[in-house]
Amino acid sequence: MQRQLANMKQSLFDQGYLDEQFIQLEELQDDANPNFVEEVVTLYYRDSARLIHNIEQALEKNPLDFGKLDSYMHQFKGSSSSIGAKKVKIECTQFREYCRTGNAEGCKKTFQQLKKEYATLKKKLEVYFQVARQAGPVEKACRPK
Amino acid sequence: MDLGVKPVSFTSSSASWKSADGVPDQFPAGLRVLVVDDDPTCLRILEKMLKNCLYEVTTCNRAEVALKFLRDNKNGYDIVISDVHMPDMDGFKLLEHVGLEMDLPVIMMSADDSKNVVMKGVTHGACDYLIKPVRMEALKNIWQHVVRKKKHEWKEKDFEQSGSVDEVERQHKPPEDVDYSSSANEGNWKNSKKRKDEEDEAEERDDSSTLKKPRVVWSVELHQQFVTAVNQLGIDKAVPKKILELMNVPGLTRENVASHLQKYRLYLRRLSGVSQHQNGLGSSFMGPPDAPFGPMSSLSGVDLQALAASGQLPPQSLATIQAAALGRAATKSAIPVPLIDQRNIFSFENPKLRFLDGQQQQNNNSKQVSLLHGIPTNMDSKQLATLHQSAQSFGSMNMHVHSQASQSNSLLTQMVQPPSRAQILNEINGSHALNLPSSAGQPVLSQAVPNAVLGQNGIENVRRPAFTSVSQPSTVVDFSRSQSTEFPENSFSLVSNSGISNLTSKLQDEVNSEMKASRGFVPNYDVFNDINQNRTQDWRLQDVRSTFEAQQHSNGRGSLDVSSSVLIQQQFSSNQKSGQNRIPPVRKAAFSVADGLGNTSNIGQQLSSSLVDNPSRIKAERLPDMGFQNGLFSEHFGQEDLMTAILKQQQGGMEPIENEFGFDGYHLDNLPV
Repeated sequence: MQRQLANMKQSLFDQGYLDEQFIQLEELQDDANPNFVEEVVTLYYRDSARLIHNIEQALEKNPLDFGKLDSYMHQFKGSSSSIGAKKVKIECTQFREYCRTGNAEGCKKTFQQLKKEYATLKKKLEVYFQVARQAGPVEKACRPK
Repeated sequence: MDLGVKPVSFTSSSASWKSADGVPDQFPAGLRVLVVDDDPTCLRILEKMLKNCLYEVTTCNRAEVALKFLRDNKNGYDIVISDVHMPDMDGFKLLEHVGLEMDLPVIMMSADDSKNVVMKGVTHGACDYLIKPVRMEALKNIWQHVVRKKKHEWKEKDFEQSGSVDEVERQHKPPEDVDYSSSANEGNWKNSKKRKDEEDEAEERDDSSTLKKPRVVWSVELHQQFVTAVNQLGIDKAVPKKILELMNVPGLTRENVASHLQKYRLYLRRLSGVSQHQNGLGSSFMGPPDAPFGPMSSLSGVDLQALAASGQLPPQSLATIQAAALGRAATKSAIPVPLIDQRNIFSFENPKLRFLDGQQQQNNNSKQVSLLHGIPTNMDSKQLATLHQSAQSFGSMNMHVHSQASQSNSLLTQMVQPPSRAQILNEINGSHALNLPSSAGQPVLSQAVPNAVLGQNGIENVRRPAFTSVSQPSTVVDFSRSQSTEFPENSFSLVSNSGISNLTSKLQDEVNSEMKASRGFVPNYDVFNDINQNRTQDWRLQDVRSTFEAQQHSNGRGSLDVSSSVLIQQQFSSNQKSGQNRIPPVRKAAFSVADGLGNTSNIGQQLSSSLVDNPSRIKAERLPDMGFQNGLFSEHFGQEDLMTAILKQQQGGMEPIENEFGFDGYHLDNLPV
């Protein structure tokens, strides 16, 4: 189980879904907070859903308010980077770049891509946490090679 | 550690420094951190990280709540970590508030790592800036900021005091740890410092002397009292001893007041417009919370007057106003200029102040409430900014003179933000009661300057101080330009003059007291009027210039480098060619102003610093906007006239500018040039 977990994690890192920040979170996990990472990720998905919704609404306006979009995305990026959501973060950066240049099409397209990555990561992490719970408490997370 | 012997127990949560008893390894455990971030994910992560560092963490997701926590428990936190982008209040505003009111180290954080934002953090006085996502390693060392600040503060106090007190205190350095632990509630840092002392850190000795002294928390009420006392005495006459007497607060020591006064002055200086980069003054000067000023502008002229009448806007109200104003300003862009200006001013101010006072890092002048505010600190990119600064400086000066609140409003209103230079110019001009060249035809003027209006009308009616706030900005600007680095003081004079003039209309009485620099102030009300009508800026400038030059000589302070400022003006005038020859009246004003300036060392100082900054800014920015200049000039003159008028009134004649201040170690020469 633990090995399976470790493999899963390794794969997530290798595929670029997660980055170093995720490790930081795992290092915070301890006996007092054995499910810390899962809690944080859950918190993230809950809060960011709101942001995603706001951005979607803003993207439907015409003309686009790039300033506002950029601001939302800035928040979203901050959140995403704190849990180590690497691919999502990359899309955020791209989105902001399009905002900066006023590229509405680019923004919309990137946002679709972002949502995809966001959803994919969510699913993968859900599975990961499920396995983690089954595997039982583990010692400090080992860094993926 | 022998817990039995030392009263401080590790389990005690009240003692922040569990290690106070001399166990070096304890510190920084127990460091009390307040974290503010609207992102719940980040907040949760930070909380956990900080807890893992063995810090005591309090979290909140709103700046208002954070401030409430801080205010309710003044000594309850050692350091604050705040996000930059928050919905209810800008992180930098919070930073200023904290610096001013509680004087705690503040760390900013953001996912944004662009240079200008980080720079903003620096100029607003943040002691560190973390880029998100934040790592454990970054948080582990935050305690250094607490220690550093304490040490610095302590040294500051030391400096302020004649030193005798410190020495005496040092001797009282309690040998036992018990003392330290008992004073844990006073200043936790002291305990930690004490610990260091035990570890033979020589510099810590200073701390020990303060061990017995509880750290004074400058609450809003206390600060208000302080400001009242300062205003009563007059900024240039405000000596810690007298302030202490006036305040009559038991338990408050002269050193406390002196240190607070120093910060207050820095704050004022900052307000008066600092061109930061130029002078490299940028220190961690914490700009006084813009809030006070911000709201000010929003106040109508009437309000201001009322405020002025009351003498001082209670910090609370100011804070409220500010918050409101700020919020408004922040949200509106098109808004009534005054509001915006305020906002901008604040932000400007911060950076400016920083520059001004490199050394005084910790000056968060809570006093600023009454201080000039509105001096935009970030003029750097815009001419307007420069103007603003100058205007602000004036404004700030004015404010200072009058009851800060009122002044700030007027100034603020006047100080328009760079959003539209022309606009701003106009506003400034307008605000100064001069219907200055409003190239932009700012409507704002009317509102912005309640003072200005008063000034204008007041000039005639005003007994003395008819500072036309309007002219002030220009004046300031002008000066600043010429003087990029020299005579900062002069700039101040001008600034203050202008500022004062604004105020005078409102608070004549106050002005009188404030403007200690009464030197043969020749109220050129007429001038102002003229200015209002048209752009006589060029002329005025010239006049002012000559006046100042003369002043200079007479001005013992020598800080007023009127000539330089005048020169600048001349430049402007030449550029402008407004063709207004109203200068003559200004000249007189200039003189008065100069004199006044000399007297108002405080103001001068502040002005100079701001002016100094401004000049650099102005130079850079001075630009092509002739119209702008014109506006400036007219304002310039207006201000000068006001200043002189005020000064005159104050002194009823030329008085040698002597150092009435008696500040400890305060004098215009402080201004870094």
